[in-house]
Amino acid sequence: MRRLRWSLWLIVALALALFALFAVQLSRPKSDFVQSAMVGQALPPFDLPPAVEAMPGLASTDFADGQPRLLNVFASWCVPCRAEAPQLEQLRRKGAQIVAVAIRDRPEDVAAFLELYGNPFTRIGSDEISAVQLALGSSGVPETFVVDGQGNITYQHIGDIRDRDVPILLDELRRAGTGAAGA
Amino acid sequence: MIAELGLAALWLAAALSALQLLASIAGVRKDQGETGLAALVRPAAMLQAGLCALAFAALLYVFAVTDLSVELVARNSHSEKPLVFKLAGAWGNHEGSMLLWVTVMALAGGLIALIERRLPERTMLATLGAQSFVGLGFYAFLLFSSNPFARLNPAPAQGNGLNPLLQDIGLAFHPPTLYFGYVGLSVAFSFAVGALVTRSVTPEFARVMRPWVLGAWIFLTLGITAGSYWAYYELGWGGWWFWDPVENASLMPWLAATALLHSASVLASRDALRAWTIMLGVVAFSMSMVGTFLVRSGILTSVHAFAVDPTRGSFILALLTIYIGGALVLFALRITTVAEGERFSALSREGALVVNNVLLSAVLGIVLLGTLYPLLTEAFGVRVSVGPPYFNPVGAIFFLPMLAVLAIGPLLRWRGDSLGRVRGPVLAIAATAAAVLLAAWLLWDIALLSLLGMALAAAVALGSVLPLRGRNLARLPLPVWGMVVAHLGVAVALFGMAADSAFQEERLIAAGIGDQIEVGPWQAELVSIAPTAGANWTAMEATMVFSYDGGPTRMGAPQSRQFWSPPQQTSEVALITRWNGQLYVALGDETASEGGQPRWQLRLWWKPFVTFIWYGGVLIAFGGLLALIGRVTGDVRRRVAVRKIEQRRTDEALA
Repeated sequence: MRRLRWSLWLIVALALALFALFAVQLSRPKSDFVQSAMVGQALPPFDLPPAVEAMPGLASTDFADGQPRLLNVFASWCVPCRAEAPQLEQLRRKGAQIVAVAIRDRPEDVAAFLELYGNPFTRIGSDEISAVQLALGSSGVPETFVVDGQGNITYQHIGDIRDRDVPILLDELRRAGTGAAGA
Repeated sequence: MIAELGLAALWLAAALSALQLLASIAGVRKDQGETGLAALVRPAAMLQAGLCALAFAALLYVFAVTDLSVELVARNSHSEKPLVFKLAGAWGNHEGSMLLWVTVMALAGGLIALIERRLPERTMLATLGAQSFVGLGFYAFLLFSSNPFARLNPAPAQGNGLNPLLQDIGLAFHPPTLYFGYVGLSVAFSFAVGALVTRSVTPEFARVMRPWVLGAWIFLTLGITAGSYWAYYELGWGGWWFWDPVENASLMPWLAATALLHSASVLASRDALRAWTIMLGVVAFSMSMVGTFLVRSGILTSVHAFAVDPTRGSFILALLTIYIGGALVLFALRITTVAEGERFSALSREGALVVNNVLLSAVLGIVLLGTLYPLLTEAFGVRVSVGPPYFNPVGAIFFLPMLAVLAIGPLLRWRGDSLGRVRGPVLAIAATAAAVLLAAWLLWDIALLSLLGMALAAAVALGSVLPLRGRNLARLPLPVWGMVVAHLGVAVALFGMAADSAFQEERLIAAGIGDQIEVGPWQAELVSIAPTAGANWTAMEATMVFSYDGGPTRMGAPQSRQFWSPPQQTSEVALITRWNGQLYVALGDETASEGGQPRWQLRLWWKPFVTFIWYGGVLIAFGGLLALIGRVTGDVRRRVAVRKIEQRRTDEALA
């Protein structure tokens, strides 16, 4: 009987521990963003055709020149992508090199998008079936990755870039650059 | 005006609930039966049922006339919505569904107060007291944090609509079905607490509790079956179970209720498993509360996040802690004073049921662990998601042996049996399973789990009808029929699951107009794609022609729908059902054009025997219904007989 009692109180304790866990998790701010598992790893190998006629496409080998870059995942049909265009332009003016992957897009639509909202990119690859996007561990558009000079992903920004994100991204870029120099 | 009436009724009901609690405490303490305050308990419960029904009717009314000055209507309804969805909108949101819950609970309490007189009055008082204690928490929840009748001033010109995913007739009745199940389990919980408080865990208690568990179990079975089919055709992903937290939240109470149902049978007929039955009564209701908590609090990320609000989560968590924590403490304090029940040998009906109970509980534990594991790791800053690679094999380790026991258990006698007596049928079952296993293994190249599933489906099917052997079918009691049908349903559903996972074929293509597509034995042709519109949506609709193995053609029209209030995209799949399975076609987005020719993403699945999963679910529920009818008519007949005998006695005494 005594042992039964003991295990019964164990059940009570377990239940209370569970409720405590619930309470802790409930009181924490909830973030629905799922960070890519590729952060801290090398870019997956890819070679994308150009998304617009006038500009070169994008391959993973383009990243191996020792210079850190921003890799922007966007689409012409994506509304928040329009909202982040001025911030990307601002980043470009502050010296960031930005390349892009256009997701499930048509060349004429991408061209019209760049015409309207500006073109801060040096290269744009066309990812028709989101294969590269999925390989990057990106779950939506827009997303922006920081890639160092060896082609390693060092940082991921989910959602459109706001004004307050600009210094953070510049900082991450600088860190990716110095990290490469030190290595 | 009507809304205020509803609110007033709700407040009155809450006050009556408090009265019911106090009166029953007084009654249980003084052991005074029907005298004094205790006499108020039953009338309070009945009146409460009437008041709650009135409040719910008031809510239905404001939704029916789309009274936009009521905040809940403005947020969840729209004047142009069809009437049936306006009404369904009354419970298709957090506040309304909580009111529905409270109403059903009050109706159940009223019913018990009205008719149940088999148990000692003191136990009944404790039961109704527990019922009102649970009810009070929900009243507080409604009135203080989610008042469904709150007004909005000024009233908006138009309502906000209802989640378009929920604008579906099947789903309008899916949550209430689960609620009936949850409430039934709350009644079982109250009975368990009542029996525990008064230390009278008797076979009579199990007989009184059993119809409520059965009813709850039927509704849960139907709710899960319907929910699974809904997710299957509405989400457009081609799967029928995703191990999503919300799905698990409905599965866990079902597992506990299934175990409770079987252990209550043992208690009712053999006076064994007393403590275990009480424990399961507490666990079953705990699981429905935990499920509600997980769904409502949004603490876990789910595709079904409809009614998420963390502040409400803390309220439910508080209720959870009080009820479940309290019940478990009571259990730990009291259970050692409940005398041990009858003993039985391992090879007996009871023995098989104990194995079934333990294995069901193990599966329950596995599902609970898998569901909560992401929450646990998140507390340490690691985000994981747990899915089929965990649930399927780990659940199967316990589920498959349980099915083997299920095939044999019903053949065994109560108390004790000998191997010699059942050797014939057991060998027949084992031979069937082995034959199916071997045949499937030789004929097709399929995965181990599917193979085992098919072999066990055959074994369970045979094992479920064998108890009919040598019995007069016309005079077989209804509950036995119920058992046979329900077990057969398990076999049917299992076969559907195994066949679907073993033989399913899938094609994902970008098709142009006029393209021919082959999937399994089907030929499909994309004839045309045109825009179409409904009351509050527009869609692209594909017209397709299908033919099974060159046979007669059939039409299908999968849609990709865009709702505008609120904006949301859904997929309406085309389903072509044959006796041996379903063709499932989902239309996706337009993809990049090639030479001016637009192409469309099409996903086609040929799912052999997938429908058997839901046929099986319905059969299981139908078996439960047969058993319930059998039990209730049996009780009524017994009651009538008792009354007749009493009548005769008084007549004789007078004469």
